[in-house]
Amino acid sequence: MNALDFDTWLALNRLYAEYAAAVDSADWDKWIDLFVEVCDYRIQPRENHERGFPLSTLALLSKGMLRDRAYGIKETLFHDPYYQRHVTGAPLVESVADGVIVAQANYAVFRTKLSQESSVFNVGRYLDRIRVTPEGLRFEQRHCIYDTEMIANSLIYPI
Amino acid sequence: MAAVFPIKPIWDQPGSSRIPFWAYTDESLYKRELERMFYQGHWCYVGLEAEIPNPGDYKRSVIGERSVILTRAADGSINVVENVCAHRGMQFCRERHGNKKEFVCPYHQWSYTLKGDLQGVPFRRGVKQDGKVNGGMPKEFDTADHGLNKLKVAVRGGVVFASFDHDVESLEDFLGPDMCRYFDRLFNGRKLTILGYNRQRIPGNWKLMQENIKDPYHPGLLHTWFVTYGLWRADNKSELKMDAHHRHAAMISTRGQQAASSEVTAGVTSFKAGMEINDKRLLDIVPEEWWKGPTAVMMTVFPSVIFQQQVNSVSTRHIQPNGKGSFDFVWTHFGFEDDTPEMTKRRLIQANLFGPAGFVSADDGEVIELSQNGFEQKPYHRTVAELGGYGAENTDHMVTETLIRGMYEYWRKVMDV
Repeated sequence: MNALDFDTWLALNRLYAEYAAAVDSADWDKWIDLFVEVCDYRIQPRENHERGFPLSTLALLSKGMLRDRAYGIKETLFHDPYYQRHVTGAPLVESVADGVIVAQANYAVFRTKLSQESSVFNVGRYLDRIRVTPEGLRFEQRHCIYDTEMIANSLIYPI
Repeated sequence: MAAVFPIKPIWDQPGSSRIPFWAYTDESLYKRELERMFYQGHWCYVGLEAEIPNPGDYKRSVIGERSVILTRAADGSINVVENVCAHRGMQFCRERHGNKKEFVCPYHQWSYTLKGDLQGVPFRRGVKQDGKVNGGMPKEFDTADHGLNKLKVAVRGGVVFASFDHDVESLEDFLGPDMCRYFDRLFNGRKLTILGYNRQRIPGNWKLMQENIKDPYHPGLLHTWFVTYGLWRADNKSELKMDAHHRHAAMISTRGQQAASSEVTAGVTSFKAGMEINDKRLLDIVPEEWWKGPTAVMMTVFPSVIFQQQVNSVSTRHIQPNGKGSFDFVWTHFGFEDDTPEMTKRRLIQANLFGPAGFVSADDGEVIELSQNGFEQKPYHRTVAELGGYGAENTDHMVTETLIRGMYEYWRKVMDV
């Protein structure tokens, strides 16, 4: 597969929409399901990304680590409750080869705390590698490279 | 009933165990803090030598609310200058970092050396027109009088401190012998390698961050993740040490191998006995030779920085206040030049525990924000930091708030309240 056929293009868009729906509805099992077993999920400041510094704000390197994060969110992390809402731009497909789609998309995440106005919480772009599997498209890599210079206090949920 | 908004804040409590809420909410007190803590009599953290390895390298940093630039001059020397042009006061350096031969203010092109000396002023001798010279600076104008504001600089173990106050005591005296020892344990002369930054803005008074790291009462309770996976418990072998002024401190802790006793987990309602982590790499801790025992040393250097060793994760955390109720918190994670690739990877994975999204520090920012909210709503009230008594002394256990009391004993003296 060297070019993206129409069905795969629809599936890619659906994957992006499902991802946003999963993280916005705090459905962490669904979020984990969208990744392959050995995956690479990162939330990284643009500064580190561009300067070649390896540190990420969050770096989860397997489905097991995604599960550990979900457990932390549900059971161990104390935080002020909030909703989040993703708006993801159309994917820009860079390459399709050997069952892997390399694509990127802009995103904006809005945060709303109880009794407060909504605010722009995190903006950036996803750098993705998506694998075609028998179960459908799954993320092998999702790097959330964020422009947001200052995280508004803490970042609890995945971006 | 006391007025909600005290007209004249008065510390009416004995000692320093009960901290008035107005200490975190009063605007004029905050300005006095900037003056007396950040701009006088103290050394403040500005960065690491490893961030400016080559001649001409610079990095913009902050002391209190004042923008400064850390530079390495052509001769290799480290300098810190204030980011304000001597001409019309413009904050001329806008890049975060880079390499330059000189600094030029874009407004009128006054140019400075990397040490802050003024070297060029356009039209200084005026402009010739129709055979006559127009304008120019007065003839007694001397460039030597108009350099950038140069700060006093101290470098120790690759860490750069600066002070606006040229009469400040030496860095070694400032830290004191005990703190120097823990400082040198972490910054022991090996070259540092920068792993990257995390930046967060925490809507709380800056002192709350210092207090958070002087407070061993909360980690085993708030940070359930720590407790669940056995990294920090109230019965860990530990010591709390301060400098002679009680302003700096080190919380030294060694992770126990014993199973959690019911006594230390009984109060932790969210403790998950028997919980196993899915990916063991999050806890793949390998003792390093330089630790010489302790698995965690959290060092608070008043007022501007925290030096962290939590197992294999090492970082500096820079406190940059921007108002009475907010500060920026900048984390610089680093490693050492002689780290193996495995160790670097380990440090990076353990970084998941810390920072604005960390399993055990995201919640620190949250409680600071909510404490500030509490203070703002009833500024006449006060905290009760009386775990372990009323005084401020070193201890060999963690069941105490002695370091917070020590810090406020010092704060009261310097602030005159």
